[in-house]
Amino acid sequence: MSRALWTLAVLLSHWRRHPMQLATLLVGLISATALWSGVQALNQQARASYDRAAATLGGARTAMLVGRDGESFSQHFFVDLRRAGWPVSPVVEGRIRIDGRSVRLLGIEPLSLPVEASSAPAIGTKGLQGFLLPPGQTLLAPETLAELKLSEGATPTTANGINLPPLTLQSQLAPGVLVVDIGAAQRLLEMPDRISRLLVGRAGKGTRAPLQTVTGDQLRLVEPDAETDLERLTDSFHLNLTAFGLLSFLVGLFIVNSAIGLAFEQRRPMLRTLRACGASARMLNTVMVLELTALALLAGLIGLVCGYVIAATLLPDVAASLRGLYGAQIPGELSLRPQWWFAGIAISVIGALAAASTSLLKAIRLPILIAAQPYAWQQAQHRWLLAQGAAALAVFAAGLGFLLFGDSLLSGFAVLAAILLGAALGLPAILGLVLFLGERTTRQPLARWFWADSRLQLSGLSLALMALLLALGVNVGVGTMVESFSRTFNGWLDGRLAAEIYLNAASDTQAAEIKAWLRPRPEVQAILPRGRAEVQIGGLPVEVIGFADHLTYRDNWPLLQSAAEVWDRVARGDGALVSEQLARRLNLRLGDRIEVPTGAGRWPLDVVAIYADYGNPKGQISVGFDALVAHFPGSAQTAFGLRVAPAQVPALVTALRDRFKLDNRSLADRSALKAESKRIFNRTFAVTAALNAFTLGIAGVALLTSLLTLSNSRLPQLAPLWAIGITRRRLALIELMKTLSVALITALLALPLGLLVAWCLIAVVNVKAFGWRLPFEIFPLQLLQLLGVAMLASLLAALPPILKLMRMQPAKLVKVFADER
Amino acid sequence: MLSVSSLSKSYRSGQERVGVLRGVDLRIAAGESVALTGESGSGKSTLLHLIAGLDQPDSGTVQFGDAVVSALPDADRAAFRRDRLGLVFQQFNLIPSLSVADNLAFQSRIAGRHDAPWHAELIERLGLGQLLKRYPEQLSGGQQQRVAIGRALAVKPLLLLADEPTGNLDEATADDVLALARDLVSRTGCGFLMVTHSARLAAMLDRRVHLHAGQIH
Ligand SMILES: Nc1ncnc2c1ncn2[C@@H]1O[C@H](COP(=O)(O)OP(=O)(O)OP(=O)(O)O)[C@@H](O)[C@H]1O
Ligand SMILES: [Mg+2]
Repeated sequence: MSRALWTLAVLLSHWRRHPMQLATLLVGLISATALWSGVQALNQQARASYDRAAATLGGARTAMLVGRDGESFSQHFFVDLRRAGWPVSPVVEGRIRIDGRSVRLLGIEPLSLPVEASSAPAIGTKGLQGFLLPPGQTLLAPETLAELKLSEGATPTTANGINLPPLTLQSQLAPGVLVVDIGAAQRLLEMPDRISRLLVGRAGKGTRAPLQTVTGDQLRLVEPDAETDLERLTDSFHLNLTAFGLLSFLVGLFIVNSAIGLAFEQRRPMLRTLRACGASARMLNTVMVLELTALALLAGLIGLVCGYVIAATLLPDVAASLRGLYGAQIPGELSLRPQWWFAGIAISVIGALAAASTSLLKAIRLPILIAAQPYAWQQAQHRWLLAQGAAALAVFAAGLGFLLFGDSLLSGFAVLAAILLGAALGLPAILGLVLFLGERTTRQPLARWFWADSRLQLSGLSLALMALLLALGVNVGVGTMVESFSRTFNGWLDGRLAAEIYLNAASDTQAAEIKAWLRPRPEVQAILPRGRAEVQIGGLPVEVIGFADHLTYRDNWPLLQSAAEVWDRVARGDGALVSEQLARRLNLRLGDRIEVPTGAGRWPLDVVAIYADYGNPKGQISVGFDALVAHFPGSAQTAFGLRVAPAQVPALVTALRDRFKLDNRSLADRSALKAESKRIFNRTFAVTAALNAFTLGIAGVALLTSLLTLSNSRLPQLAPLWAIGITRRRLALIELMKTLSVALITALLALPLGLLVAWCLIAVVNVKAFGWRLPFEIFPLQLLQLLGVAMLASLLAALPPILKLMRMQPAKLVKVFADER
Repeated sequence: MLSVSSLSKSYRSGQERVGVLRGVDLRIAAGESVALTGESGSGKSTLLHLIAGLDQPDSGTVQFGDAVVSALPDADRAAFRRDRLGLVFQQFNLIPSLSVADNLAFQSRIAGRHDAPWHAELIERLGLGQLLKRYPEQLSGGQQQRVAIGRALAVKPLLLLADEPTGNLDEATADDVLALARDLVSRTGCGFLMVTHSARLAAMLDRRVHLHAGQIH
């Protein structure tokens, strides 16, 4: 034991003499762990809240009975079904208004509640009495309490003048829901003796009477979903996030790999001496693995703390975009499970071991005696470059295979990964070639040395340069995608939001009142009713939108593809516009026929146009308003748009607000809607941009640290030049030029790589993830800007070692000769 | 104590194999000190490496006590070096990241046989007292060599193998170092094999063997 400890102490002494190397190693491990676990924390937080929402009484995790047409039904079915052996429990659901805010209200009957459904709000037996006996309780999540700006125990009054039972906190509940006893809910919602649905427990399956015989065809059974709609919809968002986390993780491991590789090279003589002095190979290897594991544990812990900070910083943006895009409620405060900590530590250790595997293997095979053959570095490097080049080609070929034959988001990411990995592997070979050509074209001895020596440095720098290439490539790619997106999106918003004011009344009666009020007003040029119904087509949630036949749409709606006489055919009621997402998922083309399930059978529609519907996770079909009302008589007809002379908009909005007590959600003008949409999208991409910046930062650190570690081993190359009369200042300048020129070549290579990445994101990943494709554009100014940033980062990274060289004592340079005995 | 018999070793150079050692026989008794001479490239270092178990012979055996070193697995050979050998290399092989004091002590620490008084005596007699806090790169060649010798002696080995340990030392210091080694030999009765080019130093040991054409004469 003490033997191993002493060996460990000798090994560790290396880091004391090379603190920068240790710092590099730790920085790499810490940033890899931090970014990875930060992203995991975000995903976990979101998933946990989906689970919470799904587990809320009567969420999609429990089988249930609902009315044929989705309407509420009489409560006597509950009694009938229980008698027939069905383990059912009634639920009433509706929305109530408290102080102008609309919240979801759930009424439950805790005694019959199936165990699996009640697991989330777990009303204990003690709580049960408080819940059932007067005055009862209103259960709600802390977030909801905060949003309502009320305190526990309060009994707020609803819009119809009834008081809620006292508010009681129940932390496992999903945000935005109030849970009360079913009797109270029926009073509050003014639904006496009605229920919205019946939850079906899993118990007693064998003894039930068939549903038909009990309820006729009034009710239908909905089986539980393994995956909720929300999870399905947000999957691609999380996959994107994961992909970026993984990328940063890999860049971090690049740094770890180069730091460990360098340390191994420098410790090679030490390892030999240790072996010669009686440390066995097995013990030495064990101790090396232990050393690495200890470092990884330390870095993992620090990385986890950083990851937590990153996640907490990004959470508001992620939560905002998830809410904006998918309506998912994510609590703003990070809560992490123990698994997250373990997984983070594990990933740090596994990552460190993986990054060190080549060095460890070399150490295992290290002979005690140095082979007498002089190390033919040039030959070895040549072979190594060729091997890497071949690997790069193989990876590119695999990527092409995924592109041609793959058909999922995962294969899209595989293409992306192949492009990045192939480019990274190919980089040293390309750099070597460029430098070789440079050497061939110059005569002047110092210039020739310049090129040749840059080539010699290549193996030491290549990992850092690869990291730079990847970070830049991804930056260019994502930057181009975001820019393409925001341009397309702005133009598209202008076309889609053609009406000046958008209204959504609380009920059909209110809608009729508002319309009657608006009609005589001279500034209102048109009232454009909008209807909406939700259906399932091919297992996908699809919204059917009805819009009025009006010039507003004919003139402004930008269609991606359209058949002849689009608008007339839609107005006639047999043609439909289909969103790009839906068209891709169902593989629809112009002229195809789509069948929409309605309450009264199937409604066949011809696809007459395909339109962009960016950011909508659901599929969408747009039909004529009258046709929609005809096929979905029950659909809400409360929404409409108004065409108004722009100057009159603010006055009309104020007047409507005062007259009908409409809040921001039910009344919005175009500019507010546009601003809101842009805000959501900006926040979505803010997350990506932040991860991007981190990656670039890490690449800069990688470059700095490899240059610093290289600068020591560079002395033997520089000392002879100094001895023949080249000043230190001049040498330093040459060194700087060398670093900057390889960095420049790398950055220039990163531009086409980045555009390729952008194309892959736009044409492959986005299409698979979200169902829409953007036009691909190139933004030269942005490219130049990134090139500038890259060169600046390289300059900053190159400066410290150069300054060190300039200030170096001549004695240190002389020492090089003294050592060459 | 040490018995080397018909030891052969060849190296590949290009296509052909060059025999460096061709049936070397050598015995060293306990308490005996032997000088090994031979021209440059004759295979002296190779022989020492084989005796130390750092490399494997093509044929022949190295036997120490009743253990056949050349037939042991790696871990046992490592233990053999750790527990019984003191090695001074031609290249000093100090550990650059350890101070002089730590370089002197690490083998005896790993072997679990750290003897503080003996350690202090070595530092005193090798004249390393002023240098303990320095690192190898801050030492002259002769100073590094003295540290390497100190490290080998610190473990009180049963067999001391030294490859030109005095190559970088002035005559007086070289004599001191040799006296120190012989002192250890007479006190502990260990064996001592030293490679040297100096006839003067070779004459100071009990016996002298010459390596020529791959054989001991
Ligand atoms: N690993 C090796 N591979 C190939 N040839 C080797 C190797 N090691 C040594 N040799 C060759 O074996 C011969 C003997 O080498 P060795 O180092 O034993 O000589 P030496 O007697 O110690 O010489 P010196 O007095 O110069 O130290 C030399 O010709 C050398 O070139
Ligand atoms: Mg030799």
